[in-house]
Amino acid sequence: MQSAIHFAAVALALLALAPARPAAAADTVDPLADARAFQNYFTGKFPNVKLEDFVNGPYSMNADMRRQWQEIEQFPPYEFALEAGKEMFTKPFKNGKTYADCFPNQGIGIRQNYPTFDEQEGKVITLELALNRCREANGETPLSYVKDDMAALTAYMAYTSRGKPFDIKIPDDPRAIAAYQNGKRYFYTRRGQLNFSCASCHVQAPGERIRAEVLAPALGILNAMPIYRSEWSGMGTVSRRFITCNSQTRGVPLNAQDDEYRDLEFYLSYLSNGLPISGPGARP
Amino acid sequence: MASTIRVRATLSGETTEVQALIQHPMDSGYVKDAKGEIIPPHFIQELTFEHDGRSVFVADWGPAVSKDPYVKFSFKGAKKGDDLKISWVDNTGASDTTTAKIL
Amino acid sequence: MSMLRISESRFSVPIGLKREMRQQMRISSLALASLLLIAGAASVLAAGSEADFKAAYAAAEAADNEAGQLRDQWTTTAAALAAAKQAAGAGDFDQAIALSKQAEALARASIFQAQREKEAWKNSEIH
Repeated sequence: MQSAIHFAAVALALLALAPARPAAAADTVDPLADARAFQNYFTGKFPNVKLEDFVNGPYSMNADMRRQWQEIEQFPPYEFALEAGKEMFTKPFKNGKTYADCFPNQGIGIRQNYPTFDEQEGKVITLELALNRCREANGETPLSYVKDDMAALTAYMAYTSRGKPFDIKIPDDPRAIAAYQNGKRYFYTRRGQLNFSCASCHVQAPGERIRAEVLAPALGILNAMPIYRSEWSGMGTVSRRFITCNSQTRGVPLNAQDDEYRDLEFYLSYLSNGLPISGPGARP
Repeated sequence: MASTIRVRATLSGETTEVQALIQHPMDSGYVKDAKGEIIPPHFIQELTFEHDGRSVFVADWGPAVSKDPYVKFSFKGAKKGDDLKISWVDNTGASDTTTAKIL
Repeated sequence: MSMLRISESRFSVPIGLKREMRQQMRISSLALASLLLIAGAASVLAAGSEADFKAAYAAAEAADNEAGQLRDQWTTTAAALAAAKQAAGAGDFDQAIALSKQAEALARASIFQAQREKEAWKNSEIH
């Protein structure tokens, strides 16, 4: 016990010494300014990369990988999931209704609007969350959030939105601003024993390698979702990637649709407003 | 049931370029499932592409090939509109075959 | 593992921690040695009792739960806790206690990280 007490005392002392930020009355949050700064950061860092090309992740950073990817895209590995997704999407539930009944525009060409902020509930709704709610509202069992059927469905929906720019809206509602800010906080916060934040890799080191992987820039990083990852030998959603990223930094992951993950997705998607949806994608 | 073989064969001058994507689990037999039990081996052993009664590409595969394999190769001697027949047999004795036109 | 070139300051572990862990291990092995010498003596002063383990494990678990409240648990903490439980199950309470203390140290480090990051994250923000 003594060592633990000693450690706690040292920790507290170090905290006391840490420079305290002046407690701001209300740090004004300006998402639009954030988005501009974010885009300028990446276009400044990579002047030879076209803005819309950032959605291609590592392929916008490495010419050899790009060449291999372009070959793969002639016969993409997500093709099977895409076909399965279309079939699933159009097949009626046991009660006769379909997914089209739950979404605007029959669910076609709407992926770029997600996540949305639901002002009634006061929370961020991701496409996956909306899909499972649709299922449950129609007497069907919810799908796993990370892969297989859910990824097939979102693959199809993303495909119908290919080329459309991300169009995430933050309503004039303090809870929406708080969700956006929470996502931002999560993005920059170091976590896990390896002490990485999302920014450590995707802001400070895009285009560089971590072990054998080339890191993707944070700008446009969700535009290709869901993805077929060779590493997974299968499809994965945004949740799957957030979860595996956490484990890779030796942090215990959260649940697939926990507040922090949804808010993070909200934040990252908003920052990529204007960049085209490229999903479903293929990644190493 | 839909074919497990997607194929595209395009003629360019004398050379036909073939790309194929085959849907198959290609389980090596070395991987365990969530319960800790071995997933039994289930992989394509022979893959054949035939043109005009002649084998233009034959692959003898084993556990090292990954899921949903992709193949790309070229050959000479075909004309536009010719048939290209693709078939595979796996270690359980299952098989599939399809025919595509060379465009 | 190759280190990323990152401009942020490295996460600083209080220097005493490593020494403490080594001391802990040394104390454990000393205790074990003396136990072997005092053959058959089940004394109340014997190192590594089940009660000691339970106390150490409870402390580690409490710290890890606190980290959970802060949404920053480490996978290595969970692994140490599991290993401690396993050692206790096999009757090796010295090892179990050592692992519990390791788990507690990891959990406290994760708490420290979470509390520091409450403000520190702002330093990385792109403006």
